[in-house]
Amino acid sequence: MVPTNYYVILSAILFGLGVFAFIFKRNVITIFMSIELMLNAVNLAFVAFSQALGKLDGQVFVLFVIVVAAAEAAVGLGIIILIARNRQTLNVERVDLLKL
Amino acid sequence: MGRKMTAPLVVFFVLAALAVIGAVSLILQKHPIHSALSLIVVMVALAGLYLLMGAEFVAAVQIIVYGGAIMVLFVFVIMLLNAGVEEHTSLSKMAGPPGLLLVVALAGFVAATVARSRTSLQAATHQTGALSSTKGISEMVFKDFVYPFELTSFLILVAILGATVLAQREKS
Amino acid sequence: MLEYLWNIPLLPLLGSAINGLFGAKWPNKFVSIAAIGSTGLSFLCALEAVREFFASGQVLFRKEFFTWITAGNFRAGFDLQVDQLTVVMLLVVTGVGWLIHIYATGYMAHEGGYYRFFSYFNLFMFFMLILVLAANYVLLFVGWEGVGLSSYLLIGFYFLRKSASDAGKKAFIVNRIGDFGFMLGMFLLFRAFHTLDFQTLFDAQHAAGWPVEAYGQFGTITIACLLLFMGATGKSAQLPLYVWLPDAMEGPTPVSALIHAATMVTAGVYVVARSHILFTHAPTAMLVVAIVGCATAFFAATIGLVQTDIKKVLAYSTVSQLGYMFLACGVGAFTAGIFHLMTHAFFKALLFLAAGSEIHATCGEQDMNKTGGLSKKIRWTYVTMLTATLAITGFPPFAGFFSKDSILLSALLSERAQGRVGFALYGFGLATALLTSFYMFRLIFLTFHGKSRFDEHKVHVHESPWSMLGPLVVLALLSLAGGWIAAPEFWGGPDRFEEFLSPVLGYPPIDFGSGAFPIGPTPLFLLEFASIAIGVALVGFFVSWWLYSKKLSKADDLAKSMKPAYTTLLNKYYVDELYATVVVRPLLWLSTNVFWKATDVAGIDGTVNGIAHGARTIGDGLRHSQSGNTRSYAVWVVVGAIVVIAIIFFWPGVSKTALGLVH
Repeated sequence: MVPTNYYVILSAILFGLGVFAFIFKRNVITIFMSIELMLNAVNLAFVAFSQALGKLDGQVFVLFVIVVAAAEAAVGLGIIILIARNRQTLNVERVDLLKL
Repeated sequence: MGRKMTAPLVVFFVLAALAVIGAVSLILQKHPIHSALSLIVVMVALAGLYLLMGAEFVAAVQIIVYGGAIMVLFVFVIMLLNAGVEEHTSLSKMAGPPGLLLVVALAGFVAATVARSRTSLQAATHQTGALSSTKGISEMVFKDFVYPFELTSFLILVAILGATVLAQREKS
Repeated sequence: MLEYLWNIPLLPLLGSAINGLFGAKWPNKFVSIAAIGSTGLSFLCALEAVREFFASGQVLFRKEFFTWITAGNFRAGFDLQVDQLTVVMLLVVTGVGWLIHIYATGYMAHEGGYYRFFSYFNLFMFFMLILVLAANYVLLFVGWEGVGLSSYLLIGFYFLRKSASDAGKKAFIVNRIGDFGFMLGMFLLFRAFHTLDFQTLFDAQHAAGWPVEAYGQFGTITIACLLLFMGATGKSAQLPLYVWLPDAMEGPTPVSALIHAATMVTAGVYVVARSHILFTHAPTAMLVVAIVGCATAFFAATIGLVQTDIKKVLAYSTVSQLGYMFLACGVGAFTAGIFHLMTHAFFKALLFLAAGSEIHATCGEQDMNKTGGLSKKIRWTYVTMLTATLAITGFPPFAGFFSKDSILLSALLSERAQGRVGFALYGFGLATALLTSFYMFRLIFLTFHGKSRFDEHKVHVHESPWSMLGPLVVLALLSLAGGWIAAPEFWGGPDRFEEFLSPVLGYPPIDFGSGAFPIGPTPLFLLEFASIAIGVALVGFFVSWWLYSKKLSKADDLAKSMKPAYTTLLNKYYVDELYATVVVRPLLWLSTNVFWKATDVAGIDGTVNGIAHGARTIGDGLRHSQSGNTRSYAVWVVVGAIVVIAIIFFWPGVSKTALGLVH
């Protein structure tokens, strides 16, 4: 039996890597992917606790997370396409029209 | 680890290593398409882990939706936009040393929390059939969580509309 | 009428309000009717009240009309009272006030702001009547402050002239200094006796229980009396707060007559007389009063010797005569002081009004060096002014003789512990009488006699209208006859005035049998005493006749030979300059540098502006977090997340609480 701790630690590692990528990558699509990575890490934690507690609530929540991630990905990518069309760049540092 | 290396444990470590390598690869790759492929690896590894935990429905959904739909979408967009190797700019002052500090802080907190947890939770039983995964989940979704379910379907509708509007070509 | 005593002050207030609110559009006639009418009605009401007072057997009448302040055990009400002292003051204020109002309608006829003048004038009457009728210190102080305000308004009536507005400010500020003392005195009295009501405070039984404080002992009563006297010094222009009165001559002449001769400046004497029970328990305070009064009388008389402006001479004369009144109160002869107050009101008002008539006749000439030979041209003015001069210098049978005589007698025979102080007071009083006679006749000679020193063609001298001459004549008659009420003393009868006021003020403590002076007040003694005074007045007359009535060269030579003394006197002993250097300039420096620059600008403005500046700086600093750079925003998101994690991590129980809320 794999102790739940291990899953939680793995989830934490993946989350941390996701945060790292979120901060340090410059391509907007890559940043988006790092968000998906973070969501996956959280899903792992949910399922792990669901298994540990013997209830299915965690897995139901994972379902919802996946659904929302899908919707979010769709809309987010649409926005990214627009940005790419308008600014001719995918470097998130070049999209700085809000700068004072 | 003073425990026996049982089969599940080995499988776990293999899949875990796969996931971590995929995540690291996502960070290290310079071309976004390579990062996307790395993410797919991570997702597949996670699906394997779900299976290991006995959540077969979730594993299936992960592969189908995440791996088959979302990541495909990512790949399409990357190819559509002809994303190239990302250029190296460093205009942000906050990303950099502060960012690194934050990641370390985050890791520290999580590590501390895990270390603090008094009881190391053990899986009660190896759930495979005792609470049939798909049947149990569907029962919960359509009975206890029916409102959130309907709302998410609404959300998807909105997302479809939004994506369509956003991706239209400009009327010339 | 006694039940409706409040009518007396209210009528002038009504007149003031009507003139103030509506008078701007009215022709002069209506304004005059409102002003003279309201004051005249007030005078009639006063007469009626007096009649009722006599009819009821001269019993003290006191009525509380409404309660103004209640705070714990303290109650100050709008209480008015009438007793013998009030009768005297009331008749003087309303009577002389009414005459001066009539005069003013003639004098101010060609001035701008006619309605404003009468509005202020009536306002003054209101406050003065409140002061006189008040039955407690608090209400008296209301009147006290109010007359100060009206004085400021009226002195600065020609406010477009800088000297006039400066004079108004000076009057108000110097008065305020005195008022500070007055207030402290009131507070002390309240603390000691828990009441400021006259009837309760001055109750004979009550007062019998007080200790008579010895000389040099500064007990509560002494200090309270000294503080009250400080207020009186300000209001009645004694040393050292007299400096405002000469400057107050910037106001129109009726103002000088009413406020700075007959009524407002006498408020200080009134207060001292009213508080006589307190003062008699504090001999130190009385000694101070007497010495200050005497010193002021002499001091002011010396300055008046050489002044060239006719109104300034009269101003210093007023200061001097007020000094006499305080001298009387200081030696315990309160009735003599009030008597002189009454006669002084008559002849000083007359002097000012006649001077105003002369100024009006010469179209504004106030410098005595430029007038002369007017006696034939403005006969009525000349005759009335001469009457007043004879009164003030103390020639019998004019009013001033009786009152001044009474004061000098009391000074000499005062039973103050060291008999020599009484003698010194008498000596200076006599010297002042000499100087008074001298400068008053100098005024007459310079203005009315000798060759005319003004250009006959430029100035057309004309007599004043009857609206102005009428009051002059009435006051002249009063100056002549006003003192006769005390005359019977000379042929062995009682001083009727003293008798009248004795229920309130008691008899003067002249101990004729003591070692100070072995002779009793036989008619012979009184005659001898009186002749010394008259002789002194005659000396003054002759000296000034010799110097001023013919050519002025003798006077000029005398002035040149005594150049230093002459210049000092001409410059009023440089007191104004002294005050400016010692008090005014340091205060200005303090106000500018400490209060304005340091506290207000740097401190308060600095704090407020500093907070705003700080907010701006912080904003400027925080602005950089909104860099427009998405990566930075991403980092901030992570920061927020870590803060939440930290809270959950470190704060015991919060995660359970959060979960509890969710459930």
